[in-house]
Amino acid sequence: MSEQALKPALFGGPWMRENLFFGMSFRAYARSLVTPANAIAAVILLAGIPTMIFRFWKGLGAATNLSQTNPWGIWVAFDVVCGVALAAGGYTVACAVTIFGQKAYRPILRPAILTGFLGYALVLFGLVVDLGQPWRLPYQFFLTPGTTAVMYEVGWCVFLYLMVLGLEFAPAALEWLGLVKVRRLLGSLTIGIIVLGVTLSTLHQSSLGAFFLMTPGKLHPLWYSPFLPIFFFVSSISAGIGMVIVESALSHRAFHDQLDPAAPVDLDKITLGLAKGGAVVLFAYFFIRLQGLVASGRFDLLATGWGAWYLLEILGFILLPSLLFAFAARRQSARLARVAGLLTVLGVVLNRFNVSLIAFNWNVADRYVPSPGEIVTSLTIVTIGVLIFRWIVNRMPVVHEHPDWRGAH
Amino acid sequence: MKLNRRSLLKLAAAAGTAGVAGAAATTRASVLSASKDARGVLVDTTLCVGCRGCEAACSEANALPDPEMPGDDAVFAARRTTSPTVFTVVQKGTLKSAAGDDRYAKTQCMHCVAPACASGCVVKALEKTPEGPVVYHTDRCLGCRYCMIVCPFGVPKYEYASAAPLVKKCTFCAERQKKGLAPACTEVCPSGALKFGRRADLLEEAKTRIYTKPGAYVHKIYGEDEAGGTSWLYISDVPFESLALPAGIEKKSYPELADGALSAVPFVITLWPPLLMGMYTFSKRRDEVAAQEGNGRQEEGHV
Repeated sequence: MSEQALKPALFGGPWMRENLFFGMSFRAYARSLVTPANAIAAVILLAGIPTMIFRFWKGLGAATNLSQTNPWGIWVAFDVVCGVALAAGGYTVACAVTIFGQKAYRPILRPAILTGFLGYALVLFGLVVDLGQPWRLPYQFFLTPGTTAVMYEVGWCVFLYLMVLGLEFAPAALEWLGLVKVRRLLGSLTIGIIVLGVTLSTLHQSSLGAFFLMTPGKLHPLWYSPFLPIFFFVSSISAGIGMVIVESALSHRAFHDQLDPAAPVDLDKITLGLAKGGAVVLFAYFFIRLQGLVASGRFDLLATGWGAWYLLEILGFILLPSLLFAFAARRQSARLARVAGLLTVLGVVLNRFNVSLIAFNWNVADRYVPSPGEIVTSLTIVTIGVLIFRWIVNRMPVVHEHPDWRGAH
Repeated sequence: MKLNRRSLLKLAAAAGTAGVAGAAATTRASVLSASKDARGVLVDTTLCVGCRGCEAACSEANALPDPEMPGDDAVFAARRTTSPTVFTVVQKGTLKSAAGDDRYAKTQCMHCVAPACASGCVVKALEKTPEGPVVYHTDRCLGCRYCMIVCPFGVPKYEYASAAPLVKKCTFCAERQKKGLAPACTEVCPSGALKFGRRADLLEEAKTRIYTKPGAYVHKIYGEDEAGGTSWLYISDVPFESLALPAGIEKKSYPELADGALSAVPFVITLWPPLLMGMYTFSKRRDEVAAQEGNGRQEEGHV
């Protein structure tokens, strides 16, 4: 390929029209955006953005139902704690494809990395909305680093991993922009970047569980465990697998026109391969959760209401999807594997909510229920993520390979 | 000591490993090591008459609004908690003494020997000073509210109403202590229920009071080992729960609970990359062998 041919006139009119507006005039492009899905997104943003402005103007007290007893709400539980787990598809698939050499999963690598990158960016967004004085976020890196804090480690890991994910996704953007030399340079760094990404993910996925090691007495004994970091790490892998299955099924349908007819992707086969992995990881996770229960010795609590809620989580959202995955792989049913994938994702969300919100402060009279403003804000953050994801997938080589870069690292 | 090459190498290797692991360990130690001279307060609840003079002194010393309903015992009807503008409250116990007297206890920050809040603070906004107080740096706090999540006594309070909120709690009058003064509450206490001094001495004092008056006290010092030990110590003749002092607090120091997870970090950092690179090398080799064998078969087919 000649570099001349690939180099577009970056800021010229034709390139912009071709690559940003799908070859339409701006007016035609704007008209093409009027769709039911966009209308829903617009309503959410119109409600959410003023809510966020209100939150910074009037403070957390006016915008949220947080209290002195319940200092963390859904902005931490969902936007941050769930967000990090649900963005685990990036490191899971990158590790499988690049480190373990499972090339069959290549077609879903870039969507997974993009989901991870946007996921982490939105975690940061959610954190900024939740922090009392977010403009002091950089203090932990250079002014007064709290080196004894679990959060210090998580802060560094998330900050570095966001950059790693940016580098992992950069090839798609560079191919789109036609920046050949930088793209080649990045290709030669792939392995190092991915090893760094997996290491950072191991650290902070587990450390998110370590946040709650200092909360015995506040977190219900069925969820409190010295093994919380291990639970969080292992379940982040299952979350990654579940998310990739669900997200690839959705985007396969939504971005059908983006698929490359010259290189058809057998998504069912990929899904069934992931299902096997999901069955094993979830079963291991189920087993270590049982070990946690045995170590705590609190079998008596299983007979309580909290016990029923706990059993629902570990039987209905860990053991059941594990068995469904195994069954789906055996029966070669990609449909069933997708159901199991969805259950897995919901299970990880349920677990993170239980640890950081529902079973936290279980013995306190003043229970937290999110305010409408908190829900709208979280919804807005997710919507922004989906819109950016769609914008990128419709333009850059994400669900299909760039014809000039087939099979390249 | 005879130093040969082998032992020198061993030493170097050990130093290297310790350097990585030690970085975390030494910083932890600086939070945990309380000076022998660290100050504390002994609260003898059998002496407290519930005058709430400590509340008023606290408000004055910290420039806070006056305590609610001054001099009115009706204030004890409901259980009160500290707030961003109230650093200490006197609670009336739910049980009376054997002689039928009301019992009261002042609650405030316990100034743990190894505080969860300070060890978990990502910007060192909360810091344990060797003298005893857990102090708060208003210019550092980014408002993550993790201190509120981990504090077993529910002490840190947040200014939710503010657009640039801060955490508020009892300071143990750290500024007064620096000038050689006693904390305002202990200075004003008329009944001798609050005694300020070296924590180590106060522990002896508390034990002496319990031993020399058998039957006059519950056989326990609250704060001796709650959350690994607190600067504020309580003795009482009624169960501590009846005085709004939370029961069943973990006896281990809280930072210790997260130690295992934190000490795994250097191992993951040093072991994961070579392990992953090794796996990559294996999978690459496997692909190469598979490709070669594939080519070989194809060639045979051509023959």
